[in-house]
Amino acid sequence: MSLVTHDAKVQLRSPAAAPPTVRMWPEINNPAAWAVAVILLIMPLIASKFFLIEIFATTLILGTIALSLMFLAGYGGMVSLMQLTIAGFAGYMVAVFGVSGNVNISLGWPWWLATPVALALATAFGTLGGALAVRTEGIYTIMITLAIGAAFYYFTNQNWAIFNGHTGMNNVATPMFWGVDWRADIPFYYVVLGTAALCYFAVEYISRAPFGLALQGVRDNPRRMAALGFNVNAHRVAAYAFASFVAGLGGVLQVWNYRQISPGSVGVERCIDILIIAVVGGITRAVGPFIGALIFVLLRTFTLDFLVQLGLDGNRFRLLIGLGFLAIVFWSSDGVIGLWEHWRQRGATPRQTGRGGHG
Amino acid sequence: MDSVAQRLSLVGAGAALELRGVTRMFGALAALTDVTITVRPGERRAVLGSNGAGKTTLFNCITGDFPASSGTIRFFGEDITHFPPYERIRRGLRRTYQISALFTGLTVQDNVYLACRGVSRGRFSLLRPRQNDALVHAADTLVQAVHLSAVKDQRVAELAHGQQRQLEIALALAGAPRFILFDEPAAGLSPGERLELIEILTSLPAHIGYIIIEHDMDVALRVVESVTMMHNGRIFKEGLPREIESDPEVQELYLGGGHE
Repeated sequence: MSLVTHDAKVQLRSPAAAPPTVRMWPEINNPAAWAVAVILLIMPLIASKFFLIEIFATTLILGTIALSLMFLAGYGGMVSLMQLTIAGFAGYMVAVFGVSGNVNISLGWPWWLATPVALALATAFGTLGGALAVRTEGIYTIMITLAIGAAFYYFTNQNWAIFNGHTGMNNVATPMFWGVDWRADIPFYYVVLGTAALCYFAVEYISRAPFGLALQGVRDNPRRMAALGFNVNAHRVAAYAFASFVAGLGGVLQVWNYRQISPGSVGVERCIDILIIAVVGGITRAVGPFIGALIFVLLRTFTLDFLVQLGLDGNRFRLLIGLGFLAIVFWSSDGVIGLWEHWRQRGATPRQTGRGGHG
Repeated sequence: MDSVAQRLSLVGAGAALELRGVTRMFGALAALTDVTITVRPGERRAVLGSNGAGKTTLFNCITGDFPASSGTIRFFGEDITHFPPYERIRRGLRRTYQISALFTGLTVQDNVYLACRGVSRGRFSLLRPRQNDALVHAADTLVQAVHLSAVKDQRVAELAHGQQRQLEIALALAGAPRFILFDEPAAGLSPGERLELIEILTSLPAHIGYIIIEHDMDVALRVVESVTMMHNGRIFKEGLPREIESDPEVQELYLGGGHE
């Protein structure tokens, strides 16, 4: 760079002494992150089967789907309400190409063939939807992706040839190899944990890679990105492709978890659940959606009994989630992570910001 | 102006930027009307004119932020009239914005790194840059050149106005610019910062030409060798700085006309 030739006069720090800014994993020096990792790994030893699957595996699956929204919204500034639809599409494709109780629809391919095909189709589906959505901004992106979600829900309801109408696909086969039933509680937990961890670290890693940085640039100022030589729409579509793959992985795990999928699994209210999970957890860091998913699953599971005991309709748990949502958005635009960081920094010496994805 | 002639002879003949009959309509309103400008490679020119004269619209048409409604734009001989902005930038065109257009959620270093990455390959790379990445070093050098090394790990939202203006310029210097459009780079700068700006502009390599929009005549006329006056979306007058300064019509219209 001999471009600007004059010497820097006002220079407080020699650039030779300062290493180039390539940030490493912030988690490595964080004891809390290590503790969480260890607890997650030994979970089958400490948690009952109910907790292992109904709480933790479900949290990790919903968290993975919400992670794909966090990637789009937090880094790309694109709020997509179709992430659950993409996950559901992947789930349907697993049932259609693989083995299910609906023998006249399912092609009966082995899982190792059906799953990659399902993921590829879900990625293509989400990329196509993204290509439509990136032509708009803000509320119109939300509307288009919501419309795609709603259209898919009604389509699955009415289409019997592929999606088996409102009854959906039942008794979906799950992988079984090396003498292990991978849907048995403990192996399945590790499959889910491994996939969620992979997606989490991929998102964290990419946030500091050129593609992820450019996506954050697109979020902050798309016009300037174009004036720096970036094809902004191509970047946005590529972000949808990546997020669709992550959502598709979540969808495959979900259909393996419940062994069935029906229009009810891809309804509009489910799509909005994903938005709530991501926003409640916080969309500035990859860990946010998992925190949001844990809160969501705990509330959904336990407030039901609690409310019924009080003589109220169990479905009122949505009321609690809604109130929690309001409270969190009111007090912290950054979800639970924002509250936590605010609490941690209170009283402490002001730290240099800029940690994690985009600080 | 021997040194200028010498400098221009180094970079060869032909036009760096050639606008022919460029018009830009906003609905029924013509923001630019039949603008024809030729700028040689390495030439440094000021565009003057009151608010609403069409100066920034001219920049937006050249970079493609707003495409021209009619007319042709050539960049080093190539017709770029219908190119998207990023294709024009990749050919060596750069610009700055009147109101800083930065990535406020990212650090100074990341802003400049993106500028360097935008005009090179690997924009979609999923691999993090290594310690010895050439573009990371290029970004470091640029950060240093605009005196921002001390704050390079700070988020842009936390920078002072003057620092943001300096970063604004750094983004336009990334890669190998051939021609730069500066949109009021001195806006809101202190007298000391203006001197630094003049120093940055005058020390650019000889082959890099630029057009600068600047209301501050002290800055504008010290860093250019030609001037274009605009009025109501049209070219009003072109000439050397001293000719423009002493032109009675210009004085009436702009300099002595109670402007600012």
